[in-house]
Amino acid sequence: MRTLSRRRFLVESAAAASVPIAGSATAAASGPRVVVIGGGFGGVSLARYLRRNDPKLSITLIERDAQYATCPFSNGVLGGLYPLSRVSFTYRQVKAGGIEVINDAALRIDPAARTVALAGGRTVKFDYLVVSPGIDFIWDSIQGYSEQVAQVMPHAWKAGTQTALLRRQLEAMADGGLVVIAPPAMPYRCPPGPYERASLIAYYLKAHKPKSKIIILDASDSFIKQELFMEAWARLYPGMIEWVPGSRSGKVMSVNAATMTVSTAFDDYKAAVANIIPPQRAGSIAIAAGLDQGTGYCAVDPVTFESRVHKRIYVLGDATIAGEMPKSGFSANGQAKACGRAILADIAGVAATPAKLLNICYSLADPQYAFSIVDAFAVKDDALRLTFEDNRTTPLGASDEEHRREAQSARSWYANITGEMFG
Amino acid sequence: MRLGQQTTRPRGRDIRQYGRWVQIGVVILASVPGTVAAAADANAVGLADACTSCHGTGGRSQGYIPSIGGADKAALLRELKAFRAQTVQATIMNRIARAYTDAELETLADYFSSTRRP
Repeated sequence: MRTLSRRRFLVESAAAASVPIAGSATAAASGPRVVVIGGGFGGVSLARYLRRNDPKLSITLIERDAQYATCPFSNGVLGGLYPLSRVSFTYRQVKAGGIEVINDAALRIDPAARTVALAGGRTVKFDYLVVSPGIDFIWDSIQGYSEQVAQVMPHAWKAGTQTALLRRQLEAMADGGLVVIAPPAMPYRCPPGPYERASLIAYYLKAHKPKSKIIILDASDSFIKQELFMEAWARLYPGMIEWVPGSRSGKVMSVNAATMTVSTAFDDYKAAVANIIPPQRAGSIAIAAGLDQGTGYCAVDPVTFESRVHKRIYVLGDATIAGEMPKSGFSANGQAKACGRAILADIAGVAATPAKLLNICYSLADPQYAFSIVDAFAVKDDALRLTFEDNRTTPLGASDEEHRREAQSARSWYANITGEMFG
Repeated sequence: MRLGQQTTRPRGRDIRQYGRWVQIGVVILASVPGTVAAAADANAVGLADACTSCHGTGGRSQGYIPSIGGADKAALLRELKAFRAQTVQATIMNRIARAYTDAELETLADYFSSTRRP
């Protein structure tokens, strides 16, 4: 498929034109039809990238929600640094940039007919499909937890109303309350996220409810940037944050929303606020299409991000198995550009060449104190592997000035990456 | 091992110096309209795409991270090589630059010097 020429493409497209479909407004565009499912870091980055590099393509983005709140920087909302609107975007500029945005949920993918069926009844035809649905939760993996219970014990692991809910609960909490944060076992979206969250909630509590405590009930025995977080907590929030690893009965087995009890194998915790982050898998649409081959996440080509299951269907971001690339907005953005370049190469009838892929992740411990990890990836043995393992993080014992620069860099990064997507 | 501590110049000055290079870049470059240099070959684009996640589309940055779009090629290449050699300290570029070969840094300097200045 990678050698398909534009000429053959047009022949195929002409043949396909006899199939009756609910055509999109831009389906009359002369180029191949690229359909993107999911308006997050992967999907929006891909759509914008293709449009910037090829004015002729027909690009349709299918996104359920009219607004998108980014998970990156949403912990700042929980810490009271800024309102949810600071991390919320509409698709206005995406549309203005020449991308058709369909505000509907994708229900089914038909890889043979190359169509996507939407909840609203429409069917959209594609020449290339990019699936970037993010994650969904495995609700029944914690006894007593469910989508309904998440209204009492929010996950806030998809930003938006859940973020607002958790923030309201923190604001309503009396001084001296216990905040439970419960991360799942790996792999999950944004591995440093729970610990940044603990930091920024501590920032709020220290100023407003200093007798309160945060306990992290962890399914894992270690976490990314652990020493840097521990160093920051000892310095900024001494005695406020306790971390219980999985090997010390940290893993949450069950919850009781009526009594606000969070239970591990040996201990029960009475929470004032309980942030339960359930185990995850690829977004439902990817699972329904069999793109995960029953594993929960989708195997992809490490150069093109084409699905290992279906040709001309690509998967991006948190839904993928991307070797050593973590599930992050930064990863999804880079994968989107690599995938976009591969799709353009395919259309041109040339082979895709590997892109340089990075993951750069800042964590804020307070508004002026951040640290980072820097990862570079290259394809080795048909998988994405770290180019170097040493000295990837900010060093321990960095000065206040260095942490302040990292915080400034984090804000600048956020402005630039969201600008690339929504600006 | 923290190579960055073998710094020869204070990092703050370098960032500002670098920023000046971008701002006062004296040459009116053969700037390419639009955000991506159409003439750049696919490999250059594949390298440069990763940079824009932090430095902004076309290398035009908002805020603290320096703009690199339209930078002076020689100055940019010198800076990138210094980051990799750990002779200049930056917030994170010392760590990132290790992922690139000489030829790749040259390609990147060439690419971003030919994109539009902010």
